Amino acid sequence: MIAIIDYGLGNLTSVKNALDFLGIESEITNDIKKIQKADNIILPGVGAFGYGMENLKKLGLVEVLNKEVIENKKPFLGICLGMQLICKKSYEEGEFEGLGWIDAEVIKFNVEHEKLLVPHVGWNEVACNLESTILQGGNTEQTFYFVHSYYPDVKDKSIVMGWCNYGVVFPAILQKDNIFAVQFHPEKSQTEGLEILRKFESL
Amino acid sequence: MLKKRLIPCLFLKNGHLVRSEHFSYHQLLGDPIAQVERINSWSADELIYINISNDEHYDLRRDDKKTKSIDNIYDIIERVSKTCFIPLTFGGNIKTIEDIRERLKRGADKVVINTAAFENPDFISEGAKVFGRQCIVVGIDVKIKSNKEYEVYVEHGKKATGLHPVAWAKEVEKKGAGEIFLNSIDRDGTAKGYDIPLITMVVDAVSVPVIACGGVGIFEHFVDGIKEGGASAVSAGNIFNFTENSVIEAKKVLKNAGINIRPVIKIK
Repeated sequence: MIAIIDYGLGNLTSVKNALDFLGIESEITNDIKKIQKADNIILPGVGAFGYGMENLKKLGLVEVLNKEVIENKKPFLGICLGMQLICKKSYEEGEFEGLGWIDAEVIKFNVEHEKLLVPHVGWNEVACNLESTILQGGNTEQTFYFVHSYYPDVKDKSIVMGWCNYGVVFPAILQKDNIFAVQFHPEKSQTEGLEILRKFESL
Repeated sequence: MLKKRLIPCLFLKNGHLVRSEHFSYHQLLGDPIAQVERINSWSADELIYINISNDEHYDLRRDDKKTKSIDNIYDIIERVSKTCFIPLTFGGNIKTIEDIRERLKRGADKVVINTAAFENPDFISEGAKVFGRQCIVVGIDVKIKSNKEYEVYVEHGKKATGLHPVAWAKEVEKKGAGEIFLNSIDRDGTAKGYDIPLITMVVDAVSVPVIACGGVGIFEHFVDGIKEGGASAVSAGNIFNFTENSVIEAKKVLKNAGINIRPVIKIK
Protein backbone atom coordinates (compact mmCIF):
# COMPACT_ATOMS: atom_id res chain seq x y z
CA MET A 1 0.00 0.00 0.00
CA ILE A 2 1.18 3.50 -0.84
CA ALA A 3 0.48 6.21 1.72
CA ILE A 4 -0.33 9.54 0.08
CA ILE A 5 0.48 12.05 2.79
CA ASP A 6 -2.41 14.39 3.53
CA TYR A 7 -1.14 17.62 5.06
CA GLY A 8 -3.83 19.96 3.81
CA LEU A 9 -2.12 21.06 0.62
CA GLY A 10 -2.59 20.22 -3.00
CA ASN A 11 -4.69 18.03 -5.16
CA LEU A 12 -4.25 14.65 -3.48
CA THR A 13 -7.24 13.19 -5.33
CA SER A 14 -5.44 13.45 -8.67
CA VAL A 15 -2.58 11.33 -7.34
CA LYS A 16 -5.04 8.81 -5.89
CA ASN A 17 -7.01 8.71 -9.17
CA ALA A 18 -3.83 7.97 -11.13
CA LEU A 19 -2.85 5.16 -8.74
CA ASP A 20 -6.39 3.74 -8.84
CA PHE A 21 -6.27 3.78 -12.63
CA LEU A 22 -3.01 1.80 -12.50
CA GLY A 23 -4.59 -0.67 -10.08
CA ILE A 24 -2.19 0.34 -7.30
CA GLU A 25 -3.50 0.26 -3.76
CA SER A 26 -3.15 3.58 -1.97
CA GLU A 27 -4.66 5.68 0.76
CA ILE A 28 -4.76 9.41 1.40
CA THR A 29 -3.80 9.70 5.06
CA ASN A 30 -2.07 11.56 7.85
CA ASP A 31 -2.54 8.69 10.29
CA ILE A 32 0.90 7.86 11.70
CA LYS A 33 0.08 4.15 12.12
CA LYS A 34 -0.99 3.86 8.47
CA ILE A 35 2.16 5.63 7.31
CA GLN A 36 4.23 3.18 9.39
CA LYS A 37 2.43 0.26 7.77
CA ALA A 38 2.67 1.55 4.19
CA ASP A 39 5.15 -0.01 1.75
CA ASN A 40 5.84 3.25 -0.08
CA ILE A 41 5.22 6.91 0.68
CA ILE A 42 4.21 9.74 -1.65
CA LEU A 43 4.40 13.36 -0.52
CA PRO A 44 2.47 15.45 -3.08
CA GLY A 45 1.56 19.08 -2.73
CA VAL A 46 0.86 22.36 -4.39
CA GLY A 47 1.26 25.53 -2.37
CA ALA A 48 3.68 27.53 -0.28
CA PHE A 49 6.75 25.93 1.34
CA GLY A 50 6.44 27.60 4.75
CA TYR A 51 2.81 26.64 5.10
CA GLY A 52 3.61 23.09 3.99
CA MET A 53 6.34 22.61 6.62
CA GLU A 54 4.16 24.15 9.29
CA ASN A 55 1.38 21.67 8.50
CA LEU A 56 3.77 18.69 8.50
CA LYS A 57 5.00 19.75 11.96
CA LYS A 58 1.52 20.44 13.29
CA LEU A 59 0.33 16.99 12.25
CA GLY A 60 3.40 15.35 13.81
CA LEU A 61 4.47 13.99 10.42
CA VAL A 62 8.11 15.12 10.41
CA GLU A 63 9.23 12.43 12.87
CA VAL A 64 7.38 9.59 11.18
CA LEU A 65 8.66 10.62 7.73
CA ASN A 66 12.26 10.79 9.01
CA LYS A 67 11.91 7.40 10.66
CA GLU A 68 10.24 5.59 7.75
CA VAL A 69 12.23 7.13 4.92
CA ILE A 70 15.67 7.77 6.40
CA GLU A 71 15.93 4.97 8.97
CA ASN A 72 13.67 2.28 7.49
CA LYS A 73 14.57 3.20 3.89
CA LYS A 74 11.03 3.02 2.56
CA PRO A 75 10.70 4.10 -1.08
CA PHE A 76 9.63 7.75 -1.05
CA LEU A 77 8.40 9.97 -3.88
CA GLY A 78 8.09 13.73 -3.48
CA ILE A 79 5.95 15.50 -6.07
CA CYS A 80 6.23 19.25 -6.79
CA LEU A 81 6.13 20.92 -3.34
CA GLY A 82 6.83 17.44 -1.97
CA MET A 83 10.17 17.57 -3.81
CA GLN A 84 10.99 20.96 -2.36
CA LEU A 85 10.06 20.05 1.22
CA ILE A 86 12.79 17.39 1.40
CA CYS A 87 15.43 20.05 0.69
CA LYS A 88 17.43 21.87 3.37
CA LYS A 89 16.03 25.32 2.91
CA SER A 90 13.59 27.41 0.88
CA TYR A 91 13.48 31.09 0.09
CA GLU A 92 9.79 31.15 -0.82
CA GLU A 93 8.28 34.27 0.82
CA GLY A 94 10.96 34.26 3.51
CA GLU A 95 13.45 31.67 4.70
CA PHE A 96 12.31 28.24 5.89
CA GLU A 97 13.99 25.01 6.97
CA GLY A 98 12.85 21.87 5.14
CA LEU A 99 13.19 18.17 5.98
CA GLY A 100 16.82 18.41 4.89
CA TRP A 101 17.19 15.03 3.19
CA ILE A 102 18.67 16.64 0.08
CA ASP A 103 21.43 19.26 0.16
CA ALA A 104 19.61 21.91 -1.83
CA GLU A 105 18.13 25.37 -1.54
CA VAL A 106 14.77 26.10 -3.12
CA ILE A 107 14.96 29.32 -5.14
CA LYS A 108 12.69 31.31 -7.42
CA PHE A 109 12.98 31.36 -11.20
CA ASN A 110 14.80 34.47 -12.29
CA VAL A 111 13.99 34.41 -15.99
CA GLU A 112 12.21 37.72 -16.60
CA HIS A 113 15.15 38.85 -18.75
CA GLU A 114 14.32 35.97 -21.09
CA LYS A 115 10.73 37.26 -21.26
CA LEU A 116 9.59 34.05 -19.60
CA LEU A 117 6.63 33.98 -17.26
CA VAL A 118 6.67 32.76 -13.69
CA PRO A 119 5.09 30.40 -12.70
CA HIS A 120 6.49 27.92 -15.18
CA VAL A 121 3.28 26.26 -16.35
CA GLY A 122 2.91 23.71 -19.09
CA TRP A 123 4.47 20.75 -20.83
CA ASN A 124 8.25 20.78 -20.93
CA GLU A 125 10.96 18.36 -21.94
CA VAL A 126 13.12 16.59 -19.41
CA ALA A 127 16.47 15.06 -20.35
CA CYS A 128 16.32 11.77 -18.47
CA ASN A 129 19.08 9.58 -17.06
CA LEU A 130 17.70 6.12 -17.73
CA GLU A 131 19.88 4.61 -15.00
CA SER A 132 17.35 5.93 -12.51
CA THR A 133 15.11 3.15 -11.23
CA ILE A 134 11.95 5.10 -12.01
CA LEU A 135 13.02 5.93 -15.57
CA GLN A 136 14.38 2.60 -16.80
CA GLY A 137 13.12 1.57 -20.21
CA GLY A 138 11.72 5.02 -21.01
CA ASN A 139 12.88 7.60 -23.52
CA THR A 140 15.89 9.85 -22.85
CA GLU A 141 13.67 12.82 -23.62
CA GLN A 142 10.27 12.85 -21.93
CA THR A 143 7.59 15.52 -21.63
CA PHE A 144 5.93 16.31 -18.32
CA TYR A 145 3.46 18.82 -16.96
CA PHE A 146 4.92 21.52 -14.67
CA VAL A 147 3.31 24.16 -12.43
CA HIS A 148 5.81 25.94 -10.16
CA SER A 149 7.64 29.20 -9.44
CA TYR A 150 10.53 27.73 -7.40
CA TYR A 151 13.00 24.91 -7.99
CA PRO A 152 15.65 23.16 -5.88
CA ASP A 153 19.22 24.23 -6.55
CA VAL A 154 20.86 20.87 -5.81
CA LYS A 155 24.48 20.81 -4.62
CA ASP A 156 25.31 17.21 -5.54
CA LYS A 157 24.57 17.02 -9.27
CA SER A 158 25.06 13.25 -9.30
CA ILE A 159 21.62 12.77 -7.72
CA VAL A 160 19.91 14.69 -10.54
CA MET A 161 18.29 12.16 -12.89
CA GLY A 162 16.41 14.63 -15.07
CA TRP A 163 17.11 18.19 -16.20
CA CYS A 164 14.62 20.67 -17.60
CA ASN A 165 15.25 23.98 -19.36
CA TYR A 166 13.12 27.04 -18.65
CA GLY A 167 15.47 29.94 -19.20
CA VAL A 168 17.66 28.20 -16.64
CA VAL A 169 18.48 24.49 -16.57
CA PHE A 170 17.03 23.09 -13.34
CA PRO A 171 16.67 19.64 -11.69
CA ALA A 172 13.35 17.99 -12.49
CA ILE A 173 14.03 14.47 -11.18
CA LEU A 174 16.14 13.44 -8.17
CA GLN A 175 17.16 10.04 -6.86
CA LYS A 176 19.18 9.49 -3.70
CA ASP A 177 19.04 5.91 -2.43
CA ASN A 178 15.36 5.22 -1.65
CA ILE A 179 14.38 8.87 -2.06
CA PHE A 180 12.84 9.99 -5.36
CA ALA A 181 11.50 13.40 -6.23
CA VAL A 182 9.99 15.07 -9.27
CA GLN A 183 9.25 18.75 -9.80
CA PHE A 184 6.50 18.05 -12.36
CA HIS A 185 3.15 16.31 -11.89
CA PRO A 186 3.37 12.67 -13.00
CA GLU A 187 -0.34 12.31 -12.18
CA LYS A 188 -1.08 14.96 -14.84
CA SER A 189 1.52 13.88 -17.39
CA GLN A 190 -0.44 11.12 -19.05
CA THR A 191 1.41 8.00 -20.20
CA GLU A 192 4.96 9.00 -19.30
CA GLY A 193 3.89 10.31 -15.91
CA LEU A 194 1.85 7.23 -15.07
CA GLU A 195 4.84 5.10 -16.01
CA ILE A 196 6.91 6.79 -13.27
CA LEU A 197 4.21 6.05 -10.68
CA ARG A 198 4.04 2.45 -11.84
CA LYS A 199 7.83 1.99 -11.55
CA PHE A 200 7.85 3.66 -8.14
CA GLU A 201 5.23 1.24 -6.86
CA SER A 202 7.21 -1.78 -8.03
CA LEU A 203 10.28 -0.79 -5.97
CA MET B 1 11.42 24.78 -23.68
CA LEU B 2 7.69 24.94 -23.16
CA LYS B 3 5.59 23.17 -25.75
CA LYS B 4 2.68 24.67 -27.60
CA ARG B 5 -0.55 23.01 -26.51
CA LEU B 6 -3.45 21.39 -28.32
CA ILE B 7 -6.62 21.54 -26.23
CA PRO B 8 -9.98 19.97 -27.09
CA CYS B 9 -12.83 22.05 -25.72
CA LEU B 10 -16.04 20.25 -24.82
CA PHE B 11 -19.29 22.13 -24.41
CA LEU B 12 -21.81 20.74 -21.96
CA LYS B 13 -25.49 21.48 -21.85
CA ASN B 14 -27.68 19.85 -19.23
CA GLY B 15 -25.18 17.04 -18.80
CA HIS B 16 -24.84 16.32 -22.50
CA LEU B 17 -22.02 17.06 -24.85
CA VAL B 18 -23.12 19.50 -27.54
CA ARG B 19 -21.82 20.96 -30.75
CA SER B 20 -21.96 24.74 -30.76
CA GLU B 21 -22.55 27.20 -33.58
CA HIS B 22 -22.40 30.96 -33.13
CA PHE B 23 -22.95 30.33 -29.41
CA SER B 24 -26.66 29.81 -30.03
CA TYR B 25 -27.35 26.59 -31.88
CA HIS B 26 -26.49 23.43 -29.91
CA GLN B 27 -26.59 19.97 -31.40
CA LEU B 28 -26.74 17.08 -28.96
CA LEU B 29 -23.74 14.72 -29.15
CA GLY B 30 -24.23 12.50 -26.12
CA ASP B 31 -22.18 11.28 -23.18
CA PRO B 32 -19.34 13.62 -22.10
CA ILE B 33 -17.51 10.85 -20.27
CA ALA B 34 -17.17 8.44 -23.18
CA GLN B 35 -15.84 11.26 -25.34
CA VAL B 36 -13.16 12.27 -22.84
CA GLU B 37 -11.90 8.71 -22.58
CA ARG B 38 -11.29 8.70 -26.30
CA ILE B 39 -9.62 12.07 -26.31
CA ASN B 40 -7.30 11.27 -23.41
CA SER B 41 -5.95 8.18 -25.09
CA TRP B 42 -5.26 10.29 -28.13
CA SER B 43 -2.69 12.47 -26.38
CA ALA B 44 -4.44 15.79 -25.95
CA ASP B 45 -2.35 18.17 -23.84
CA GLU B 46 -5.20 19.48 -21.71
CA LEU B 47 -8.97 19.49 -21.73
CA ILE B 48 -11.40 22.34 -21.28
CA TYR B 49 -15.03 21.72 -20.38
CA ILE B 50 -17.42 24.64 -20.65
CA ASN B 51 -20.80 24.13 -19.07
CA ILE B 52 -23.36 26.25 -20.89
CA SER B 53 -26.42 24.92 -19.08
CA ASN B 54 -28.93 27.52 -18.08
CA ASP B 55 -30.04 25.69 -14.98
CA GLU B 56 -28.25 23.75 -12.31
CA HIS B 57 -29.71 20.36 -13.17
CA TYR B 58 -27.74 17.95 -15.31
CA ASP B 59 -28.89 14.55 -16.33
CA LEU B 60 -26.86 12.07 -18.31
CA ARG B 61 -29.61 9.49 -18.26
CA ARG B 62 -30.46 8.30 -21.71
CA ASP B 63 -33.43 6.10 -22.47
CA ASP B 64 -31.43 4.15 -25.02
CA LYS B 65 -28.40 3.59 -22.79
CA LYS B 66 -28.11 2.02 -19.40
CA THR B 67 -25.73 4.64 -18.06
CA LYS B 68 -25.79 5.83 -14.50
CA SER B 69 -27.40 9.19 -14.08
CA ILE B 70 -25.14 12.15 -13.36
CA ASP B 71 -27.02 14.96 -11.72
CA ASN B 72 -24.51 17.74 -11.47
CA ILE B 73 -21.31 19.20 -12.80
CA TYR B 74 -19.34 17.99 -9.78
CA ASP B 75 -20.08 14.39 -10.64
CA ILE B 76 -18.98 15.03 -14.20
CA ILE B 77 -15.68 16.50 -12.93
CA GLU B 78 -15.15 13.53 -10.64
CA ARG B 79 -15.83 11.05 -13.40
CA VAL B 80 -13.58 12.80 -15.91
CA SER B 81 -10.68 13.13 -13.47
CA LYS B 82 -10.71 9.40 -12.82
CA THR B 83 -9.74 8.56 -16.38
CA CYS B 84 -8.03 11.66 -17.61
CA PHE B 85 -4.46 12.31 -16.49
CA ILE B 86 -3.84 15.66 -18.10
CA PRO B 87 -4.67 19.14 -16.77
CA LEU B 88 -8.43 19.68 -16.61
CA THR B 89 -10.11 23.06 -16.84
CA PHE B 90 -13.78 23.63 -16.08
CA GLY B 91 -15.82 26.71 -16.91
CA GLY B 92 -19.43 27.86 -16.71
CA ASN B 93 -21.54 29.24 -13.87
CA ILE B 94 -18.51 30.00 -11.68
CA LYS B 95 -19.38 32.99 -9.50
CA THR B 96 -17.74 32.50 -6.12
CA ILE B 97 -14.52 31.32 -4.49
CA GLU B 98 -16.51 28.34 -3.20
CA ASP B 99 -17.49 27.45 -6.78
CA ILE B 100 -13.79 27.31 -7.66
CA ARG B 101 -12.84 25.38 -4.52
CA GLU B 102 -15.51 22.74 -5.14
CA ARG B 103 -14.34 22.17 -8.71
CA LEU B 104 -10.69 21.85 -7.68
CA LYS B 105 -11.64 19.46 -4.90
CA ARG B 106 -13.36 17.18 -7.42
CA GLY B 107 -10.33 17.02 -9.69
CA ALA B 108 -10.22 20.20 -11.78
CA ASP B 109 -6.82 21.89 -12.09
CA LYS B 110 -8.01 25.24 -13.40
CA VAL B 111 -11.25 27.11 -13.92
CA VAL B 112 -12.47 29.46 -16.63
CA ILE B 113 -14.32 32.50 -15.35
CA ASN B 114 -16.08 34.78 -17.76
CA THR B 115 -19.29 36.65 -16.88
CA ALA B 116 -18.40 36.83 -13.18
CA ALA B 117 -15.03 38.40 -14.07
CA PHE B 118 -16.82 41.11 -16.03
CA GLU B 119 -19.34 41.76 -13.26
CA ASN B 120 -16.63 41.93 -10.63
CA PRO B 121 -13.03 42.08 -11.91
CA ASP B 122 -11.76 41.73 -8.32
CA PHE B 123 -13.07 38.17 -8.40
CA ILE B 124 -10.08 37.40 -10.67
CA SER B 125 -7.63 38.81 -8.09
CA GLU B 126 -9.36 37.02 -5.27
CA GLY B 127 -9.25 33.69 -7.11
CA ALA B 128 -5.59 34.17 -8.02
CA LYS B 129 -4.72 35.02 -4.43
CA VAL B 130 -6.42 31.96 -2.99
CA PHE B 131 -5.54 29.36 -5.63
CA GLY B 132 -2.60 30.85 -7.54
CA ARG B 133 -2.86 32.66 -10.85
CA GLN B 134 -2.05 29.51 -12.83
CA CYS B 135 -5.46 28.28 -11.71
CA ILE B 136 -7.48 31.21 -13.05
CA VAL B 137 -8.23 31.28 -16.76
CA VAL B 138 -10.37 34.20 -17.92
CA GLY B 139 -12.67 33.49 -20.84
CA ILE B 140 -13.13 36.29 -23.36
CA ASP B 141 -15.87 35.86 -25.99
CA VAL B 142 -15.68 38.33 -28.84
CA LYS B 143 -18.04 39.39 -31.61
CA ILE B 144 -17.57 41.83 -34.48
CA LYS B 145 -20.09 44.66 -34.32
CA SER B 146 -21.85 46.13 -37.36
CA ASN B 147 -19.23 48.91 -37.49
CA LYS B 148 -16.52 46.20 -37.85
CA GLU B 149 -15.19 46.84 -34.33
CA TYR B 150 -14.54 44.00 -31.91
CA GLU B 151 -16.57 43.81 -28.70
CA VAL B 152 -16.49 41.49 -25.67
CA TYR B 153 -19.70 39.61 -24.89
CA VAL B 154 -20.68 37.82 -21.67
CA GLU B 155 -23.46 35.47 -20.57
CA HIS B 156 -22.43 33.04 -23.27
CA GLY B 157 -22.62 35.55 -26.09
CA LYS B 158 -25.90 37.12 -25.05
CA LYS B 159 -24.83 40.38 -23.46
CA ALA B 160 -22.63 43.07 -24.97
CA THR B 161 -20.20 44.73 -22.57
CA GLY B 162 -19.00 47.75 -24.53
CA LEU B 163 -15.45 46.57 -23.90
CA HIS B 164 -12.77 46.11 -26.54
CA PRO B 165 -10.98 42.74 -26.25
CA VAL B 166 -7.53 44.36 -26.02
CA ALA B 167 -8.51 46.65 -23.17
CA TRP B 168 -10.29 43.83 -21.36
CA ALA B 169 -7.39 41.39 -21.86
CA LYS B 170 -4.96 43.90 -20.33
CA GLU B 171 -7.32 44.45 -17.43
CA VAL B 172 -7.76 40.75 -16.65
CA GLU B 173 -4.00 40.20 -16.84
CA LYS B 174 -3.50 43.06 -14.37
CA LYS B 175 -6.10 41.53 -12.08
CA GLY B 176 -4.23 38.22 -11.98
CA ALA B 177 -5.49 35.99 -14.81
CA GLY B 178 -3.05 33.17 -15.47
CA GLU B 179 -4.27 32.57 -19.01
CA ILE B 180 -6.82 33.93 -21.44
CA PHE B 181 -9.25 31.66 -23.28
CA LEU B 182 -10.17 33.69 -26.34
CA ASN B 183 -13.19 32.62 -28.35
CA SER B 184 -14.73 34.17 -31.44
CA ILE B 185 -18.53 34.07 -31.49
CA ASP B 186 -18.60 34.83 -35.23
CA ARG B 187 -16.32 31.91 -36.04
CA ASP B 188 -17.84 29.40 -33.58
CA GLY B 189 -19.03 26.35 -35.48
CA THR B 190 -18.27 27.79 -38.91
CA ALA B 191 -15.10 25.79 -39.72
CA LYS B 192 -13.70 28.88 -41.46
CA GLY B 193 -10.56 29.08 -39.32
CA TYR B 194 -9.53 31.30 -36.44
CA ASP B 195 -10.03 35.05 -36.36
CA ILE B 196 -6.29 35.67 -36.68
CA PRO B 197 -6.34 39.50 -36.34
CA LEU B 198 -8.25 39.11 -33.06
CA ILE B 199 -5.78 36.55 -31.69
CA THR B 200 -2.79 38.65 -32.76
CA MET B 201 -4.03 41.82 -31.11
CA VAL B 202 -4.72 40.07 -27.79
CA VAL B 203 -1.45 38.11 -27.84
CA ASP B 204 0.46 41.35 -28.48
CA ALA B 205 -1.35 43.13 -25.64
CA VAL B 206 -0.62 40.67 -22.81
CA SER B 207 2.22 38.47 -21.60
CA VAL B 208 0.11 35.64 -20.19
CA PRO B 209 -0.60 32.66 -22.47
CA VAL B 210 -3.53 33.00 -24.87
CA ILE B 211 -5.59 29.94 -25.81
CA ALA B 212 -7.25 30.50 -29.19
CA CYS B 213 -10.67 29.02 -29.92
CA GLY B 214 -13.43 29.30 -32.47
CA GLY B 215 -13.63 28.31 -36.11
CA VAL B 216 -11.28 25.39 -36.64
CA GLY B 217 -12.44 23.30 -39.59
CA ILE B 218 -9.19 21.68 -40.74
CA PHE B 219 -6.03 20.82 -38.80
CA GLU B 220 -4.01 23.49 -40.67
CA HIS B 221 -6.07 26.09 -38.84
CA PHE B 222 -4.24 25.06 -35.63
CA VAL B 223 -0.95 25.90 -37.33
CA ASP B 224 -2.31 29.35 -38.29
CA GLY B 225 -3.39 30.03 -34.71
CA ILE B 226 0.16 29.46 -33.45
CA LYS B 227 2.27 30.70 -36.35
CA GLU B 228 0.21 33.69 -37.47
CA GLY B 229 -1.81 34.41 -34.35
CA GLY B 230 1.00 33.76 -31.89
CA ALA B 231 -1.23 31.76 -29.51
CA SER B 232 0.41 29.61 -26.80
CA ALA B 233 -2.31 27.02 -27.14
CA VAL B 234 -4.89 26.15 -29.76
CA SER B 235 -8.32 24.87 -28.93
CA ALA B 236 -11.39 23.70 -30.78
CA GLY B 237 -14.57 21.78 -30.15
CA ASN B 238 -16.34 20.39 -33.16
CA ILE B 239 -13.34 19.04 -35.07
CA PHE B 240 -12.52 16.73 -32.17
CA ASN B 241 -16.07 15.48 -31.95
CA PHE B 242 -16.53 14.65 -35.58
CA THR B 243 -13.11 13.48 -36.75
CA GLU B 244 -11.64 10.10 -35.90
CA ASN B 245 -8.14 10.13 -34.35
CA SER B 246 -8.34 13.90 -34.48
CA VAL B 247 -5.76 14.68 -31.78
CA ILE B 248 -3.18 12.37 -33.33
CA GLU B 249 -3.80 13.73 -36.82
CA ALA B 250 -3.75 17.35 -35.64
CA LYS B 251 -0.44 16.78 -33.86
CA LYS B 252 1.09 15.33 -37.01
CA VAL B 253 0.12 18.47 -38.93
CA LEU B 254 1.51 20.73 -36.17
CA LYS B 255 4.76 18.79 -35.97
CA ASN B 256 5.22 18.84 -39.74
CA ALA B 257 4.75 22.62 -39.64
CA GLY B 258 7.76 22.80 -37.32
CA ILE B 259 5.81 23.59 -34.14
CA ASN B 260 7.23 22.40 -30.80
CA ILE B 261 4.44 20.16 -29.59
CA ARG B 262 4.34 17.20 -27.22
CA PRO B 263 4.68 14.00 -29.21
CA VAL B 264 1.93 11.41 -29.21
CA ILE B 265 2.91 8.66 -26.79
CA LYS B 266 1.43 5.26 -27.43
CA ILE B 267 -0.27 3.61 -24.47
CA LYS B 268 1.50 0.39 -23.61
